[in-house]
Amino acid sequence: MPADISRRRLIRAGGAGLGLMTLSGCKVLDALSRDLDHPLRQVMEEANRLTHAAARSVTGDALAPEFTRADIRQGMKPNGVTDPADAGYKALAAGGWADWRLTVGGLVDRPLSLSLAEVQAMPARTQITRHDCVEGWSCIAEWTGVPLSRVLDLCRPQPGARYVLFRCMDTIERSLSGLVQYHESLDLAEARHPQTILAYGMNGAALPVRNGAPLRLRVERQLGYKMAKYLTGIELVAGFDGIGRGRGSYWADRGYDWYAGI
Amino acid sequence: MHRPAGPLVRRQTLATRLTHWVWAVALFFLLLTGLQILNAHPVLYWGAESGFDYDNAVLRLGAAGKEGAGPIPSWATIPSTRDLATGRVIHFFFAWVFGAVLVLWLAAALWSGHWRDLVPTRADLRALSRDVADHARLRLHHGRAYGPLQKLAYAGVLFGLFPLMVLTGLAMSPSFNAAAPWVLDLLGGRQSARTLHFAGMAGLVAFFVIHIAMIGLAGPLNLMRSMVTGWTRIDADTESDHAR
Repeated sequence: MPADISRRRLIRAGGAGLGLMTLSGCKVLDALSRDLDHPLRQVMEEANRLTHAAARSVTGDALAPEFTRADIRQGMKPNGVTDPADAGYKALAAGGWADWRLTVGGLVDRPLSLSLAEVQAMPARTQITRHDCVEGWSCIAEWTGVPLSRVLDLCRPQPGARYVLFRCMDTIERSLSGLVQYHESLDLAEARHPQTILAYGMNGAALPVRNGAPLRLRVERQLGYKMAKYLTGIELVAGFDGIGRGRGSYWADRGYDWYAGI
Repeated sequence: MHRPAGPLVRRQTLATRLTHWVWAVALFFLLLTGLQILNAHPVLYWGAESGFDYDNAVLRLGAAGKEGAGPIPSWATIPSTRDLATGRVIHFFFAWVFGAVLVLWLAAALWSGHWRDLVPTRADLRALSRDVADHARLRLHHGRAYGPLQKLAYAGVLFGLFPLMVLTGLAMSPSFNAAAPWVLDLLGGRQSARTLHFAGMAGLVAFFVIHIAMIGLAGPLNLMRSMVTGWTRIDADTESDHAR
């Protein structure tokens, strides 16, 4: 039956085409690895904006689940840099953080320079939460710190400020172009969330060096890489131009999604 | 094995064919990027968290936290090199495609009554043992309606595994956890959800292998025609078949 034969041809050609497309698709996707500006990658990264928009509308201001002391069954697994080798950091640590300051600047009406004692004198929040690493593991710990919203109220962001940028003391990469310090950023909605805190305490003790002493960020509704450790400065910014490679965070500069709620 | 050929009948609607192929492509990339993501920490746990100072692992595929080669070989991952960041970007892109098509399909299947073609009836369950015996002898029927085992497989995937993959995937999102903490209670915690996501993947791979094997046995050209053009040739005695 001629109709049958042409259909068979069509199906075979279609099957071969699909197979070739899949194989070449894999090759093309390997190119996405090397080139963050690849047009196909940029299309696929749009899914992250969609995820962020969906999270804003579905999750809103809801709190991340909190746990009890009985759920803390182990130490907090550290990640990323766990012992900064930077001389400046080591000197501050040796001095018991007496000379450490958290600077708050950028698009603010009132720049701040806070000592650790001043940060600790602010109203605190303690929360037992689950830390989710982008690698896939989770670990429950108790965190004590000052809500970031409190610091934002004090520094009074200007109308043009859209993001809160976190500068860190640890050098995470030594590249040809110089030393690269960790940085991260949040939008103002996530920054003002009640569980977003600048933590100086962990599991009832001072924050250890391996977990980000003297001050680290906790963003309980996103993955671990958002929670910058070894904080030294906070900047209110309108965008990420000129900051690292301009994608808003050390890991975003290296291909990870900027919004890490998934 | 094959009965006399009967008439060509219209088996698959355009909507079914489109969703089938979009799912096929999306699942291909979801599987291979999922294995890339798994390579970053190839240990599965049961509970809310991962035990490092105690043991709640249910499956160790490789050493956790090691740089270099993961347990999943590079030919089975996208990208083929170790690249968690890009694997996640592609995974979530196709997760949106997969989930959106699933929601559309479920709504359409419920609205049109197509779900009745797929969910086994009481009569199907009574005929199940005979259908199993027929399959064991490779005596495959090509009727107008799906047989009991076909219905169980398709209903299990479409109403079982597909929604499970979406739910367990969402349950790994810390943002979604805040929106719907009850999902964590239902699944036994985030790490349990991750383990179930892996188990669901294994189930889908098993379905795929059997699906392809059955197509090979039951007439690949006829069935490919069915899923491309919508038309399929059924057995000549299918009416009596159906009534038996």
